Amino acid sequence: MSEKEIVYVQRFSVFARVLHFTVIVSFMTLAVTGMVLKFASEDWAGAIADFFGSFWVLGILHRIGAIFTVAYFVLHFVLIFQSWKKTSKSLLGFLFDKTVGMVPNLQDGKEIVQTLKWFVGKGPMPRYGRWTYWEKFDYFAVFWGVAVIGGTGFCLWFPEMVTILIPGIWLNVATIIHSDEALLATGFIFTIHFFNTHIRPEKFPLDKVIFTGAITLDELKHERPREYEMLVEEGRLEDIICKKPPGWLVFFAYVFGFSALTVGVTLVFGIIYAMVKSIF
Amino acid sequence: MEKVEKGKTRVLKGFFFVLLFILVMSGQRAMSMSDEDCLECHGEEGATAEESEKSIYVDAEIFAHSSHGEEGCISCHQDADVEEDEHPVPLAKVSCEECHDDVAEMYDNSLHGKARERGDDLAPYCFTCHGKHNILSSENLDSTTNVFNIPQTCGSCHQEGTAMTKTHVISEHNILENYSMSIHGKGLLVDGLKVTAVCTSCHTSHNLLPHTDPESTIHRDNIAATCMQCHANIEKIHKKIIRGELWEKEPQKIPTCVECHQPHKQRKVLYADSLPDSYCLECHSNPDLIKVGHDGGAISLYVDVEEFDEFEGTMHKKEGISCVKCHTNMDNSREIVCQGSGPVDCSSCHANQDLFYKQSVHGKKLAENDPNAPSCADCHGKHNNMSKQRVDSPTNARNVPKLCAQCHREGETAAIRTKSGEHNIIAHFSMSTHGKGLEKRGLLVSATCTSCHTAHSILPAADVDSSVNRHHITDTCATCHFGVANQFEGSVHSQQMAGDNTEVPVCNDCHSSHEIERIDQSNFRKHIFDQCGDCHEQESHSYLNSYHGKASLLTGGERVAKCSDCHGAHDIFPESNPKSLLHEGNAVETCSKCHLGANTNFTEYLTHASHHDKERYPELYYTFWIMTTLLTITFFIFGLHTILWFPRSLKERLKRRKAERRKE
Repeated sequence: MSEKEIVYVQRFSVFARVLHFTVIVSFMTLAVTGMVLKFASEDWAGAIADFFGSFWVLGILHRIGAIFTVAYFVLHFVLIFQSWKKTSKSLLGFLFDKTVGMVPNLQDGKEIVQTLKWFVGKGPMPRYGRWTYWEKFDYFAVFWGVAVIGGTGFCLWFPEMVTILIPGIWLNVATIIHSDEALLATGFIFTIHFFNTHIRPEKFPLDKVIFTGAITLDELKHERPREYEMLVEEGRLEDIICKKPPGWLVFFAYVFGFSALTVGVTLVFGIIYAMVKSIF
Repeated sequence: MEKVEKGKTRVLKGFFFVLLFILVMSGQRAMSMSDEDCLECHGEEGATAEESEKSIYVDAEIFAHSSHGEEGCISCHQDADVEEDEHPVPLAKVSCEECHDDVAEMYDNSLHGKARERGDDLAPYCFTCHGKHNILSSENLDSTTNVFNIPQTCGSCHQEGTAMTKTHVISEHNILENYSMSIHGKGLLVDGLKVTAVCTSCHTSHNLLPHTDPESTIHRDNIAATCMQCHANIEKIHKKIIRGELWEKEPQKIPTCVECHQPHKQRKVLYADSLPDSYCLECHSNPDLIKVGHDGGAISLYVDVEEFDEFEGTMHKKEGISCVKCHTNMDNSREIVCQGSGPVDCSSCHANQDLFYKQSVHGKKLAENDPNAPSCADCHGKHNNMSKQRVDSPTNARNVPKLCAQCHREGETAAIRTKSGEHNIIAHFSMSTHGKGLEKRGLLVSATCTSCHTAHSILPAADVDSSVNRHHITDTCATCHFGVANQFEGSVHSQQMAGDNTEVPVCNDCHSSHEIERIDQSNFRKHIFDQCGDCHEQESHSYLNSYHGKASLLTGGERVAKCSDCHGAHDIFPESNPKSLLHEGNAVETCSKCHLGANTNFTEYLTHASHHDKERYPELYYTFWIMTTLLTITFFIFGLHTILWFPRSLKERLKRRKAERRKE
């Protein structure tokens, strides 16, 4: 099979990719700067604070990260709105759509069971659609995370203001939630999400799709047969066939993707080391 | 009438003679010779002895008025008491001892008595000074021993040109002339003061001894006591520079009276005249002058005149102190007057400093003959000692660290043996706020070693009397930091509040001793929680779990609130005390120092709360456990999912690769 025969299809729009890029940058910033504070007694935390000159700088970066988070959170609704506009469905119909919607449905439940069977060799690989259940979980985890960490973060950013309404001890509660939820988010993204998306052998070492936006038609057929069939059925396959991603974009995808992976995995090791140390 | 009168006179005369006869006869019964009998021969003016032709005349009138006028001749001339008219010739020497035995004993031991015993013809005997038949009480103005006549009496021999001065070596010259020019002589001769000192006031009348005799009143050990017979309060006058008790107890340590106020010439301080510096320098200006030390090594005795120069700021020279004022124990009788005079004892004048020094660790070590122990000269210098006011003096505030460093710098003698646990003292001091103030900015009021340790009373901090002991350090620091000490008074850490609790911190527990830093400098602020944490372990731990504590650990964290920012530093009071920064009336203001717009709710933030304390902080406890459960479950489920996925994914990839190869 020569290169010319490889057909690419568009999976992520430019808007979506830019949005995810924003998520990566702001999340990395928040995670690194936040964890430095959470594990301030660690040498690696001290080294990072030294690198930035002062924890004060980290604080500012953290707040900038927070602003970007709020920004992509809002912009994401614009993306949903745009995507909905392209369809002829009602808004609720679009959101709860079984094929392109993000809201989990019965099919996802079935796929979880099929997947577990497939894992243990008791069944074939499930025929996934546009969104797998773990992708949907990641999506809602961000929803949940931004709300919880953002809300508590807001309290900690403006403690003098929020205590006009709430008692001081809530700041203590907010600190615990903010910190532990952030630990969950960081831990999850830098291990589970990274594995599911990039590190698992099928995708190792990196799935460029979130940067380039394109996958090969073969990949689509193999990994998301239900989506492929749907596209063929609806006659939309031709619409999403695209050019091969340009070389610079692929290069960027590798450089940025590996950087993010490295930072994330390193941070996770730092966290695990600190936590193990605190236990013993 | 005339015959009647004559008859009456004859009767009276006869009666007189009978009475006289009875008297004479009764007298003859007691002593066979009467004064009349003696005067028969000796009362005749111009009477001479038959053989020697010496005068044997005794003026009966003078004798009758003399002290012994009541006594008869034979009281003294006992061998003249004979039945016959003739007494042995010559008569034996009169022995005053018969009656004046105590005085005689003194005389026998005296310089005069000894000379007489040796057969010195010029040695005076009792009569030389007191006279013979004309002896008068010393109270009598005509007496040779009356205070006004004593200089003359003594001067009859001790005057330049007499036979005695020509044949005897006496170190003092022109005694009588000098005396008459002295303040004592003038008092006597010009002012007619009978309380002024004469020869016998100092030398005594009969117990005259050479000044080398330890019993002598003019021996250097006794001279002070001798002078103090009259100058009883002289100690007080000299006390400012000389420790009083030394006069009596250890007079060898100090210049004795006559070393400054020369004997016979007492007028003003003329010390230098007796052993002038120029005399000392005749030998000591020679750079090659040495003596042999105890260990056989050569010790230079050279004195650099340039160094010992008033223009060089030498303190003692400036005050006109001559060599011998410090180098006491000079002895004119020695060939080399200074030989064996011993080391200089500064305590003669610097009594208080010496007292402190002896009690100090330096002084104690010196007393133990520790070779490393510094003596006065080690710090102050010998001949070149200077006022500490001078910038080039080793004891000037700016030079004190360098001076102490000679032994206390790391690796030097004192630093090696110290048990205090303090190291790099000098280096640390230089980096401290005190050291920088002193050495870099030249602030003379900045604390230097001696400011805290004192100059002479240096004791280890463990010693309760030490100025840097826990019990005194607050006072020591308060000598400069008065305001801070005032704030500290009454605070939870102060002695009065702590009572028996000896664990309360003192200045150096937080500020250290030698590494003291400005409290607004990053390094100091970064260690506050460590210092408080030494005792407040739990609070320090919970602080480090708070935002303030965590941020504190990071670069730039010094600006974050530290213990003292909320609790106060020196003015820490219990929260219930209205003076406390955390008292409900002050808390908002305290938080507002950093958190503009802080309110009462805000101050209820629990800085030291722990989510492990279920009893006190259930909200935090349950929040923490809910979050922990959430994390655990999530990671467990997805962890398991991943672990199951991995082998499947691996197989999938291998399968795809095979398929691709097959296609090719």
